Amino acid sequence: MRTIALYRALLPAVLSRRVIRSFGSMKVPDHPTWEPIDENKLPPPQSFDAKMVDHLERLALVDFGNQESIDRLSKAVRFADQLLLVDTTGVEPMTSVLEERALYIRQDNVCEGDSRDVLLKVAEKVVEEYYVAPPGNIPLSAKIRSSEEKEE
Amino acid sequence: MVVRLFMRQFQHNLIRQLKRYSKRAALKGERLESQWETVIGLEIHAQISAKSKLFSGSGTTFASPINSMVSFFDASLPGTLPVLNRRCVEAGILTALALQCRLNLVSMFDRKHYFYADLPAGYQITQQRCPLAKDGHVEYLAPDEDHRKLVLKRARLTQLQLEQDSGKSLHDVEMSHSLIDLNRAGIGLMEIITEPEFCSAVEAASFVRELQLILQVIGVCDGKMEEGSLRVDASVSVRRPSEPLGIRSEIKNLNSIRHLMRSIEFETLRQISILESGGQVLNETRAYDVETGETVSMRDKERLHDYRFMAEPNLPPLRLYTNDTVPNGVPSDQIINVDELRAMLPELPNAKRERLKKQYGLSVEHSNVFVNEPTLLECFEKIVANQNLQNVKIASNICINEVLAAVNKKNIAFSASNLSAESVGELVELVQDEVISLLTLRKILEVLLQDSSKLPKQVIEERGWHQVSNETALENICCQVIAANPKVVDDYRDGKTKVFNYLIGEVQKKLSGQSNVKAVVRIMKQKLDT
Repeated sequence: MRTIALYRALLPAVLSRRVIRSFGSMKVPDHPTWEPIDENKLPPPQSFDAKMVDHLERLALVDFGNQESIDRLSKAVRFADQLLLVDTTGVEPMTSVLEERALYIRQDNVCEGDSRDVLLKVAEKVVEEYYVAPPGNIPLSAKIRSSEEKEE
Repeated sequence: MVVRLFMRQFQHNLIRQLKRYSKRAALKGERLESQWETVIGLEIHAQISAKSKLFSGSGTTFASPINSMVSFFDASLPGTLPVLNRRCVEAGILTALALQCRLNLVSMFDRKHYFYADLPAGYQITQQRCPLAKDGHVEYLAPDEDHRKLVLKRARLTQLQLEQDSGKSLHDVEMSHSLIDLNRAGIGLMEIITEPEFCSAVEAASFVRELQLILQVIGVCDGKMEEGSLRVDASVSVRRPSEPLGIRSEIKNLNSIRHLMRSIEFETLRQISILESGGQVLNETRAYDVETGETVSMRDKERLHDYRFMAEPNLPPLRLYTNDTVPNGVPSDQIINVDELRAMLPELPNAKRERLKKQYGLSVEHSNVFVNEPTLLECFEKIVANQNLQNVKIASNICINEVLAAVNKKNIAFSASNLSAESVGELVELVQDEVISLLTLRKILEVLLQDSSKLPKQVIEERGWHQVSNETALENICCQVIAANPKVVDDYRDGKTKVFNYLIGEVQKKLSGQSNVKAVVRIMKQKLDT
């Protein structure tokens, strides 16, 4: 009990910056270094008109049900625009923190693939051991969107 | 709607007129195409012949039972990860070296997103930013502009990359659904992209034939277009000379060289007809309809291709090493050494052609035929080695013009014909020593193709097909023919030299084709000129 009380008493001192600094330089700065983003430095905001929304819906197969979700999307994109202010000249892009790892290379032999029964059981609809899918790619009609807007 | 039908009919008529015009123009010596330049670029997908798939351990046998070579990764079940196959990388490197490409010692994988039922993951793992190899060139033989000789041309390549194949879908229009077979999903493909520098369908087809041969020789792909091991997409556009590139359309999924040629020819005419009538060519994807010989639009016109390429996060970069850079302490099955693979490359077709030309003094056409027919080449080389032939040309002429022609007529491959190098060698000897004529040779070949157990000399003995070279016998027959055809002889002496062949033909008929033609010609000329 006494040792716990001792630790509790010493904790602020241990955490005080002077003590920590004596262990070496800290990556945490003394004072906040971020600045509020200047809107004028950013490129003009991306507009989400009906055509752009249709395009996105077709690409990602999502449904932006109403104007509120589109507003949310445009705010999110605006927030991400801040990345454009960073100067990246001469810096190679990093795709993953595991970039420097070695890629494991497998020998060429057949060791799996006999899973037809298990896989087809999981499928919703099966015809004579084929998976079944709806025909081709049905283009989303732009008319449905505008009719929804009219209803609102 | 009526207007659209009318426009289609108008276009069809225009195309027919243009075809007729181009035939007429070709006859006149000018060509329609001289007013228009065709620009063709090719994208070739070659299935890597490996035992397992690119990123999973499923088998790759062709025509196996439906969905029997599908692992959890191929079916894109959540939680599965790709693991790279060594053989596929080695195949890609061998191809890059054979095509004189610059290998990227560090290459990266990307995801190409699009939705289609035969792509279970919704994306294809490919290499777009940093492919396995860049640049490169292929030298191939193609007919020159007059279609008379074969000339050596060079095609430049843009890049070579490894990617996954998609599954196969059967479209059932009646039941209004698609049936998906994922056996092919995940098989390793090499995508070879050429620069848009081909000027005609024939050039493109000759290039594909050469590429097919190279891939077969180095053993990375069996090149069977009918089985889908080699698929070609052609991008075609037309322009007037010295104008910028026109809008191109892409013809997808061509699975034979003949279809490639016909579809490019049709597409060129179609685009020319559109532009000449003042319209604009649409940038679209088209398919080749075998029955009508026309290309038809495949996808929705408003479709925008946005593949949202992103780096594949589950695969670190692929690193290749040379003899100088192999790291220590890494197990050898994890190291891919480019120099070791370079040493494994066999003799490539073009080098073989050059060697045959130098070694045996063959013409370009003959060396090309031999490179395309390896078993026939073996036979030819055996014959030349075994016998002291004064004239290698006789051997090559017989092998190609007689033996290969006879075998092709019966629609069988030379390797399946059971003709041995011994029999063919005997035939060459017999012709060289003027024991038989070419007509007799063809008759003997007929017999041998049906019954390959006999040798040519046996056949000659059995049927008494010796060539008549006896001078007196030939002289007698020539006299007989001259006596029987006084009018023709008079025509010849008046100056109509062509009728000479008729007289020779008559002599041949009398001897049922077994005369020594050279001697007959000499004797006949002597007789007629006296």
